[in-house]
Amino acid sequence: MTLSPQTKARLALVSTFLVAIVLSIMPGPTWAEPFRPDWVGLVLVYWCIAAPGRVGVGTGFVLGLAMDVLYGALLGSNALVKSLLAFLANRMHLRMRMFPRWQQAVAVMLLLALDQLLVLWIRGAAGRAPETLFYWTPSVVGMVIWPWLFVILRDVRRRAKIA
Amino acid sequence: MIHVFGRPLRPPSQLTRLILLGVLAAALMVLDHRSNQLAKIRSALSLLAAPIHFLAALPARAGGSMTEFFTTRDALRSDNDRLQAEREILMARLQQQAALEAENNRLREMLGSATRVSDRALAAELIEVTSEPFTRQILIARGSRDAVSVGQPVIDAYGVMGQITRVMLATSQATLITDAGHAVPVLVNRNGLRALVFGTGAQDTVRVPYLTALSDIKEGDLLVTSGMGGTFPPGYPVASVTKIVNDPNESFLEITAKPTAHINHSKQVLLIWPGAKAPKAEASAKPERAAPRARAGAAR
Repeated sequence: MTLSPQTKARLALVSTFLVAIVLSIMPGPTWAEPFRPDWVGLVLVYWCIAAPGRVGVGTGFVLGLAMDVLYGALLGSNALVKSLLAFLANRMHLRMRMFPRWQQAVAVMLLLALDQLLVLWIRGAAGRAPETLFYWTPSVVGMVIWPWLFVILRDVRRRAKIA
Repeated sequence: MIHVFGRPLRPPSQLTRLILLGVLAAALMVLDHRSNQLAKIRSALSLLAAPIHFLAALPARAGGSMTEFFTTRDALRSDNDRLQAEREILMARLQQQAALEAENNRLREMLGSATRVSDRALAAELIEVTSEPFTRQILIARGSRDAVSVGQPVIDAYGVMGQITRVMLATSQATLITDAGHAVPVLVNRNGLRALVFGTGAQDTVRVPYLTALSDIKEGDLLVTSGMGGTFPPGYPVASVTKIVNDPNESFLEITAKPTAHINHSKQVLLIWPGAKAPKAEASAKPERAAPRARAGAAR
């Protein structure tokens, strides 16, 4: 079975996003919950940097909406935040590509923290926001795993020949 | 107009897209927060979500069946023995239950107060997926087709777990009593002191604010639902007091308690229809919904 390069690229993109979504709702031990990174956000940022022509605000919106439905969160909250995340990552893609890996990781952490801040505001306005400082650990964990995730996704990108 | 995957991006520019989609998302949020209009859409989307939930729950389920597969005969035997013994004890207690219930109702009749009917219950399985980070919610494999409704209490074998906050077609979402936005009206079982149990967002603690230093409450006290507010039927255990701090600078005691329900490791929960209310509510709700259907639909 041979797939056209176009289909192959699309398949690779969709499957990385699907894996990210599944990872973010997969049950784990309760103590590990604050250390679960925002998988969807990380993968979205990677593709926004690596393939800004294919992945952008629209993708962010759809992914965010999917997260809202899966989490049972306020419909549109993640959609808004993920669109903004995609927009910013898209804007920064040329600069981000030039950064050394560690600096890239820090930039990603800042993006993810901004994303979390917005979610915090929305949740605070719509009900009650979480009060613990552990709320911010996912961005830090995201920074720590970024270099590894980057290598893995770069491999996927090269195999699928996504420009 | 909005291409998601694969196609080259031409106008509208990313900024235009962001603004348009941002407005759309904001509209969705307001609608979802203020009204009930998106319930149908969410219900439909939840069907699409089912395969992803299944996929995400797969490893946990596989782990469970592996341990089941490798349990030894001995372990099963001892388990069986233990359960038999437990059953004997429970049955013995139940013998008196019927008599006590009848006696209680007779006494209530003599006092002229409403008799209590035992509540209808339905067992429901948890779908093992995590909720939004830093919320305390669970997903249950029963939905509107099982007549689950918003506000319905959810309990397990040991106490109150929470209440249903969202109903989809085949699933529903419950907010746990440990969620930071949840409160339950309770009584201290020992003396009938009224209080409220608030969630903290932490795994296994709740707090009991607004009790002064003069209140008669002790560590180890059992808090049971008081039935006030009408959501939870009276008499179900909620939490037991673990710690009381009396800071003279504060006007209220700082009381923490531990939920009696096994909130983090229940795999099955019970949905209850508070007894006296359920049939009446159904009877009054049905004709209303059946008759002016078109108008009700438009008004909603």
